[in-house]
Amino acid sequence: MTAKGQGRTAFAYLAPALLVLGGLLAYPIYQLVLISLYDYGQEQVSGGAPLTFLGLGNYQALLGDRQFWTVLGQTVAFAAVCVVGTLLVGAFLAILATRVRTWVRMTLFLAALGAWSTPAVAGSTIWLFLFDANFGLVNEVLGIQGFSWTYDKWTAFGLVAAQVIWCSFPFVMVTLYAGIKAIPGEVLEAAALDGASAFRTAWSVTLPLLRPIILVVTIQSIIWDFKVFTQIYVMTNGGGIAGRNLVLNVYAYQQAFAASEYGLGAAIGVVMTVLLLGITMFYLRALRRSGEVL
Amino acid sequence: MRRWVTEVFVLVVAAVVAFPLFWMVLSAFKPEDEIISADPVPWTTRPTLDSFTRALTVANFGRYFVNSIVVAVIVVALSILISFLAATALTRFRFRSRTTLLIMLLVVQMVPVEALTVPLFFLMRSVGDSVPVFGLNHLGSLVLVHLAFSLPFAIWMLRGFVAAVPLELEEAATLDGASRFRFLWQVLFPLVAPGLVATSVLSFIHAWNDFLFAKTFIISAVENQTLPLALQVFVKPDQNDWGAIMAGSTLMTIPVLIFFVLVQRRLVSGLAGAVKG
Repeated sequence: MTAKGQGRTAFAYLAPALLVLGGLLAYPIYQLVLISLYDYGQEQVSGGAPLTFLGLGNYQALLGDRQFWTVLGQTVAFAAVCVVGTLLVGAFLAILATRVRTWVRMTLFLAALGAWSTPAVAGSTIWLFLFDANFGLVNEVLGIQGFSWTYDKWTAFGLVAAQVIWCSFPFVMVTLYAGIKAIPGEVLEAAALDGASAFRTAWSVTLPLLRPIILVVTIQSIIWDFKVFTQIYVMTNGGGIAGRNLVLNVYAYQQAFAASEYGLGAAIGVVMTVLLLGITMFYLRALRRSGEVL
Repeated sequence: MRRWVTEVFVLVVAAVVAFPLFWMVLSAFKPEDEIISADPVPWTTRPTLDSFTRALTVANFGRYFVNSIVVAVIVVALSILISFLAATALTRFRFRSRTTLLIMLLVVQMVPVEALTVPLFFLMRSVGDSVPVFGLNHLGSLVLVHLAFSLPFAIWMLRGFVAAVPLELEEAATLDGASRFRFLWQVLFPLVAPGLVATSVLSFIHAWNDFLFAKTFIISAVENQTLPLALQVFVKPDQNDWGAIMAGSTLMTIPVLIFFVLVQRRLVSGLAGAVKG
């Protein structure tokens, strides 16, 4: 086939994909930026008021709003707690998994698979039930019936973080376990022959070899935990009392669809996208360094 | 540390991790008085299907189950077709904008789709004006967005599978007189089937678990809700029907659990591909 013919067939094959991706991803991204530059509320949507171009007005309003900074801080702190928790639990269990017999490891992996595959909404409601003030098992065991975990800001955040860690540590554990297993036995034997202690081997041999994988799971976790929506929304009933459990994603949703401030909601969306694309750049570089090729 | 100490510890951790799921299934089968008892016990002597019956009749869970299945299955079918064609084009043909397209695919995959709710909401609203089936309050809108979200990863992943099929096979097929079309669907398609399985499961899970877009798009048409939304409807402050909620959660979790167990090996081996359900 001629080069031109190849190109034509290729585009025929690509046409459906390009149509869907262009219309439902590329165009909305453009629209997101556009809407964020307008005063776009309920009246503008229904056609009752003309559209007014604000330029960076929405962003100015956002940056001048104390709640935005609180929510941003909460988002970062919440994501940090989730990421650190997920990595610690995942790494610890991955190491333990290498030291037990197969059937024990399979039991652990099966349990983790269950947590991993539970849909976020279902997982959130199960946790809510376990920690229910009156009928929950946890309160009964602790003997604190009537105590509401979701009322106080910090216990509510803690509960959601625990749920997020529960359903995301399996990914880290399984990935790191596979990484540890991929280290050739000779390398570790050589270290042992040279008289290195178990700790020394772990610190100076295993850890450096695992670094690319650790980097990838860390950044992947940051990306996921930064945009948690379902767990916060379901477990704190839309962002907690007076919105004190809001994170960026839920805040954007509430501004747009509860307060009908679509322009402002879009601006928060842009801020979130920019932050995440920044993290993604690190991710791509990490992937490149760990040997993934385009 | 002795190995048996480690093993006992690992088994305890496994039990703790699995406990919420155990509690969900147990509570789904408990009679109502045991669920709202002030002293919950981790067993039941009188298992019953009452909660499932309530979930399916009172809350019409069966309908939402079907809705969720319809959305997920259509998304999977379309995404298989579209991504297979696109992956073939990107691996088997050399054309000028190929590299640019690949990079764009990678970048698009990184955009947080949650940020796109506002523009997608208005897009679906205007689509609905001309084609109601794909507009707000209809399942078609959910199919469209999940198709778009699942394509970049599906194409990206299938590329590897298509590339692994030797070029000689295509030459041989052509020599045997097979048309390009026949080669594509009768030779190449079956060969990349393992890749299709893995990507379909991921597309299925994404569509199945989605809460945000279902909540944004299906505003007033109660009959078109999907499972995550329906489950949320159950949760009412201070008067939760926990039995029915747990029965609903069980119904919602089981299909995903089955899929995950089926593909777990592929998920584990595709580790750096950064995959999560």
